[in-house]
Amino acid sequence: MTSTIDRGLADGASPIGAPVPTPIVVNSEVSQPDKIYRLTAKTAGFGVLALLFLIGLFLVIGGWPAFKVAGLGFFTHSGFQTQGANPVFGVLASLVGTVEVATVAMLVGGPVAIGTALFLSEYAPRWSRRTLIALVDLAAAIPSIIYGLWAIFELQPNVVGFSTWLSRHVAFIPFFTVTSPPLNASIFIAGLVVGLMIVPIVASISREVFSLAPPGEREAALALGASRWQMIRTVVLPFGRGGMIGAIMLGLGRALEETIAVTIILGGSFSFGIHILQHGGTTISQMIASNFGSGGQLGNHVLLLAGFVLFILTMVINLAASAIVNRSRSGAGTDL
Amino acid sequence: MSIDTPVRTPGAASSADAETTVMPPAPRRLPSAIRPGDFSSTDVALLAFSALSSFFLVWVAFYQITSLSGVLGFLVSWFVLFIAMTWISTAQVIERQVATDRVVATLVVSAAVLVVGLVLFIVLWVAYKAVPSIHWTSLFTKDQKNFQPASPNALSTVGISEAIVGTMEQVAVAALIGVPIAITTAVFLNEVKGRGVKLVRTVVTAMSGTPSVVAGVFIYSIFIIDHIMNYSGFAASLALVVILLPSVTRVVEEVLRVVPSGLREASLALGAPEWRTTWSVVLPTARSGVVTAVLLGVARIVGETAPLIFTAFGSQVMNWNVFHGAQGALPIVIYSDVRQANQSFLDLAFQAGFVLMSLVLVLFVLARLFSRVRDKDAKKRGDLPIEDDALARMFLPVPMEKSENLS
Repeated sequence: MTSTIDRGLADGASPIGAPVPTPIVVNSEVSQPDKIYRLTAKTAGFGVLALLFLIGLFLVIGGWPAFKVAGLGFFTHSGFQTQGANPVFGVLASLVGTVEVATVAMLVGGPVAIGTALFLSEYAPRWSRRTLIALVDLAAAIPSIIYGLWAIFELQPNVVGFSTWLSRHVAFIPFFTVTSPPLNASIFIAGLVVGLMIVPIVASISREVFSLAPPGEREAALALGASRWQMIRTVVLPFGRGGMIGAIMLGLGRALEETIAVTIILGGSFSFGIHILQHGGTTISQMIASNFGSGGQLGNHVLLLAGFVLFILTMVINLAASAIVNRSRSGAGTDL
Repeated sequence: MSIDTPVRTPGAASSADAETTVMPPAPRRLPSAIRPGDFSSTDVALLAFSALSSFFLVWVAFYQITSLSGVLGFLVSWFVLFIAMTWISTAQVIERQVATDRVVATLVVSAAVLVVGLVLFIVLWVAYKAVPSIHWTSLFTKDQKNFQPASPNALSTVGISEAIVGTMEQVAVAALIGVPIAITTAVFLNEVKGRGVKLVRTVVTAMSGTPSVVAGVFIYSIFIIDHIMNYSGFAASLALVVILLPSVTRVVEEVLRVVPSGLREASLALGAPEWRTTWSVVLPTARSGVVTAVLLGVARIVGETAPLIFTAFGSQVMNWNVFHGAQGALPIVIYSDVRQANQSFLDLAFQAGFVLMSLVLVLFVLARLFSRVRDKDAKKRGDLPIEDDALARMFLPVPMEKSENLS
């Protein structure tokens, strides 16, 4: 840099008759190494894109033979009878079970997560915040197999009594009626564990959105005499509504895909119904994990097809949720 | 809530004033306003008595009359009644708005206590269940080849070294493949840019929501069904890459984003080519953040179980070769032993869980330490440190775009 300037000045200051300073040629062309660099980065980026495409493609290819056998009946039958002359299989029970587990998880985990998020962003003393956030994050880092282990040995024995009581005294709600005991290994218990597992997801996104609520409006509400809850209700929650919905949907995506903890809890019978307290039930991921290798050639195709259904389900929900969270984080739609 | 704390003139001081100087009248006391931030002895009493009375009500009404069984049910109904009683009594004694505020505060605090308590409980519980039955030397040096679960001292001759080796190898290979691709992708998203960035970013977000069981089934359907490759640790690594890739990409991209653009421009203005700028300026600046991302990514995949049962399959004997033959892994040991009736199997499952949990904890703490280093660096440079959220995002399918004006 300095050398070129010096040269320029020296040339300009030279007496008349000296050669005209040669213009510095700026080479705007991308150099060869940089081309390679850009190409490498681009390849990686589009490689990831291709990978996602490949996942979808291979699941479709792998599941197609099963779909040819069952057709749309795949969605109206349940079971995993792939051997023999008359195979009967389908994801109906698993689909229903997946939705039930996710519903229980959201009903239990959602409010707890929102409460935790509010505590972290509004109530917790400043000095404790970092530690508490780390602990809630740690909940996301605990492997799901550990949750499963805990659930079957610690949670289940405690919940069965509660389930019994619910089935005896709150049975006027149809979900809580029990037609065939025992009450262990139920959709309800699986839902409780998954509910705990989604808490860090929903909590950490909601907390972030809550903490973005404008301080001016917060102070205005407090200055007008609002209590802390009134301030939260009138400022923080309306501002964070979009993000909260997105966070809950991301949690839902997680709840739908959870495999191992659910597989450990559920027995995997293909019975389905609304009686979530009693033994039995299945989810798509549980069906894949526990029937793996037991259904022969056709069984593999069935599992791949089920995997494709799960893949599409979670993908749609996650993309929609991401869009909602993004919009909320950018502050759009919150203008007063 | 320092703003809410009312300035109260201590009663003793004001009476002393009145004694010594008679002339100025004692300051008239304003009726103290009700401030929601206050927490006086009345409030403590209200909470305590609500807790007590609801406890006995539950004990009588539910435990005795409707025969509620189990501690959990008792705690749940106690809590519900406690909340109701707090509201009613506070509304009676103070005011309804205060009651609502207080009940919400109680609920929020309880939620947080529940979550944090459960997390700590689970971590400690695994250790508590595992440690008493551990034979430390055999655990780390032996495999399960000679497992005789019926014998009373079964665990002194077996260990899970085959699973530890398997997990280490699978995760290491997955990281070796996944991390460079993830960093390169992040560089594409944040440094190279150009057409397709938005699409790739969306795809990365979508991919981080891929069910882990689907990742396993995917690798299984490509390689193992068609016998291109048999069950092996390498197949497991590939499945883990599918999970690792999007999460590391997202965090690294976020780390790269906070590298001040002044540094990039300075480097380019000095005539450095782009690759040199990225390699010698951007990445070293973001080093600790990248390390955090990698550590958390590894912590994320080390406990994945679902993909492994389709790929590594699990093995009871030591298999050092990650590229050939079924291989054990810690999560598989837990998964296959947890439903066994024999106590030796269960003990082994807990011990595997303990080792796994320790691994995750070490990685998690290391990642935190590195992120703290980064925070300090960032403060020194005067720009904003990344929020802790970035760390949590490793485990979550959160979108990456973050508006600059608000963060």
